[in-house]
Amino acid sequence: MLETLPLSLDAVRDVAKECFDDGWRLVTMSANQIDDAHFDVIYHYDKDLTMKHYRLTVPKETVVPSISPVYFAALLVENEIRDQFGICFSDIVLDFGGALYLEEEVRAMPFCKVSVAQKQS
Amino acid sequence: MARTILPFGPQHPVLPEPLHLKLTIENETVVEALPTLGYVHRGLEKLCEIRDFNQMIQIVERVCGICSCLHALCYCEGVEQIMGVEVPRRAKYLRTIWGELHRMHSHLLWLGLFADAFGFESLFMQFWRIRERIMDIMEATCGNRVVVSVNVIGGVRRDLSPEQCQWIEEQLAISEKELKQLSDTILSDYTVKKRTVGVGVLTKEQAYQLGAAGPTLRGSGWAQDVRQTGYAAFGELGFEPIVEYGCDSYARSAVRFRETLQSIDLVRLAIARMPAGETAADVAGAMEDDTPKPVSAGERRDIMQAYNRDKRHRFVTAPPPNLDLPAGHVAAKVKGKPDGEAVTRVEQPRGELLYYIKGNGSKNMERVRIRTPTFANIPPLLAMLPGCELADVPVIVLSIDPCISCTER
Repeated sequence: MLETLPLSLDAVRDVAKECFDDGWRLVTMSANQIDDAHFDVIYHYDKDLTMKHYRLTVPKETVVPSISPVYFAALLVENEIRDQFGICFSDIVLDFGGALYLEEEVRAMPFCKVSVAQKQS
Repeated sequence: MARTILPFGPQHPVLPEPLHLKLTIENETVVEALPTLGYVHRGLEKLCEIRDFNQMIQIVERVCGICSCLHALCYCEGVEQIMGVEVPRRAKYLRTIWGELHRMHSHLLWLGLFADAFGFESLFMQFWRIRERIMDIMEATCGNRVVVSVNVIGGVRRDLSPEQCQWIEEQLAISEKELKQLSDTILSDYTVKKRTVGVGVLTKEQAYQLGAAGPTLRGSGWAQDVRQTGYAAFGELGFEPIVEYGCDSYARSAVRFRETLQSIDLVRLAIARMPAGETAADVAGAMEDDTPKPVSAGERRDIMQAYNRDKRHRFVTAPPPNLDLPAGHVAAKVKGKPDGEAVTRVEQPRGELLYYIKGNGSKNMERVRIRTPTFANIPPLLAMLPGCELADVPVIVLSIDPCISCTER
């Protein structure tokens, strides 16, 4: 089973910088919607084929600090997460504005799930 | 000096798949490159919400035809990890054999395309001719040339008979001999070196910091290959990665050429050491098996006879001695639903492939996230291009072995 280290919003870039300085390679990031109002963003790092994973849980509409100023390689995956889940990243080095895969006029977030609740009378 | 913006792709003779690069050039020198993706984005990851976790094997196999076997392997290993399944040793060896055959055919495809990119047509045809023999092996052992569909949760769908193993070894011996005949050309020919040495330089530091993967990383001096972690049967085969230190397009092509020969050795070793036993483990009980049944011996013989009668296939080499495909323990019974998260990695021909999968106890996976090697190799590509001549752009782009259908999924 996957073991992850907790990560706070304020520490995202500091942890990335720390990992970079320690020689960790950014493999990728994974996003997942955990409920109607929250997302998980997991940062996967590798060093000598050993991996560590940081889990950031953020409410919807949160702007996450981009780690692309530290790891240039993060720019594509951050843009992809923006396309799929609508999570915005601040200070991303190359911002496609939600149009990496999608056309600019698309407003839906294709990977966001919408749950249906019974209407309260 | 005036700058010009030049579009490279999405349709370009050197690109089998659509990738657009916006090149800023000064005279003939590239100053900046910006990528545009999205031409073949299919949203395959999203299908996990409507296909059950067994059906997702067929979906992930279609992320990329060239390395379908390894996508399925990575996904199955993730589900097996979540469900606590111990895969039989024989199945691990069979996965290794088919995985390495996939690596060989992918590298041979690329070597041909690479030769074609710098105008060496005869070399292109030679590599593709050798590749056909590998495709024949896959067709004879799996019933299909590209999407072999052998992996199931708990093991593999098919087995190899001793006659088939012997036939594979004979075919590989021929392929190895033919490949070695080409080694002088691909590694030492003046034309090849003139177009590749010193072209598309990615320094050792850049390769690591920009997250390069596979031959792109190893061509820049890093001895890192996910097979070193010992997944499937690699832990028992004494695997050592192939490394080159040139940091250029030549080094990346040399890594792929040498890896093709190494894969032949790995398949031989796996065949020699493959233990007897089951090819698939039952997973937590039993349920209705909906996996396709293997074609019967009679049907198979009819198909092959019709195939060989067809004059379009007159270049096909002699068929294997035993056409009756021995089925593995097809009825890998899967009961229960995956509940938990896993991250798994395998080494695709193009580099490290990562799957993050999450199950929630239902028949559908909650999330299947795929990070493919070309996705990782695009930032390094953006670092290789500035400073190069415009005429070298096709060679440099091809040197990372781009697979755009993988990248965009």
